Amino acid sequence: MKHHLILKVITKFMVGVIVLFGLYVQFHGDYSPGGGFQAGVIIAAAFILYGIVMGLENVQKVMPIWFAQRAAAMGVLVYALTGVFSIIFGFEFLNYHAISPEHPKHGQHYGIILVELGVGITVTFVMIAIYYSFAGRTPRLDDKEW
Amino acid sequence: MALTLKHLFAVIMLSGAFSLVSAMLFVAMDAVDVAFTEAAVGAGVSTVLMLATMALTVRVQKETKRTILFPLVVVCLVGVLLIYGTLDMPNFGAFDSPAQLHLGSTYLSITYKDMGIPNVVTGILASYRGYDTLGETVVVLTAGLGVILLLSGLKGRKDKE
Repeated sequence: MKHHLILKVITKFMVGVIVLFGLYVQFHGDYSPGGGFQAGVIIAAAFILYGIVMGLENVQKVMPIWFAQRAAAMGVLVYALTGVFSIIFGFEFLNYHAISPEHPKHGQHYGIILVELGVGITVTFVMIAIYYSFAGRTPRLDDKEW
Repeated sequence: MALTLKHLFAVIMLSGAFSLVSAMLFVAMDAVDVAFTEAAVGAGVSTVLMLATMALTVRVQKETKRTILFPLVVVCLVGVLLIYGTLDMPNFGAFDSPAQLHLGSTYLSITYKDMGIPNVVTGILASYRGYDTLGETVVVLTAGLGVILLLSGLKGRKDKE
């Protein structure tokens, strides 16, 4: 895709907007539809779009393979550690009251934001890593071949 | 025309368009969460993965002498059976459907009191059913690990041999 100038310019503009919308779906998920999973696939779609138009090498400069693969596991860790945090402070596993015992509602709120963040991180980077492993095996294509 | 299509690029694009249309269907039925996922995964990510697979294999389906008549009959029959099955389901949005009568109404009434957040779906997913969602997140990670191992591991083994 060397000469697709319009696609490239629009992609550069759209990637930022898509990531921003993904972050909105992520952190506004307790007030509006959406949550970690939806936000994860939206943010991943932004990186995949960048990868398709700009080429795999360029997107891997922004988001290296090793980072995507390790960050995917980090999301599950964020989720599980939120649960372990509750155990340490004498509550049940994943009982968010532990985060703020005087205000259980606030605790629930923080807990939900934390675990949704964990889900979002895992889904984003798993999707990106899956895309990398598919696209990394693909022989380079000319425009004509499509 | 879609039945006799041999060009795989067109088939993949059609399935992506189908996903996008079903995402709109979900919006029309007030399931915006599902619509997000369908649009991003069904129309976006999986179309890209299918294209990548196509680039690795072939562009055009092989010519076969087999007739498409039998598969077509089976597909139509299954479709008719599925539609027949939906006749027993409660009407869309019916207030007396089982989903509305038991746990659903309980969650609707206690979520705001317990957590102070208006989105009941998030409340159920992240707090009441926190274990389930942790399990689902692990499933997503496991699926990703499986793909990474299957598709990236081959190079190393070839080097050793």
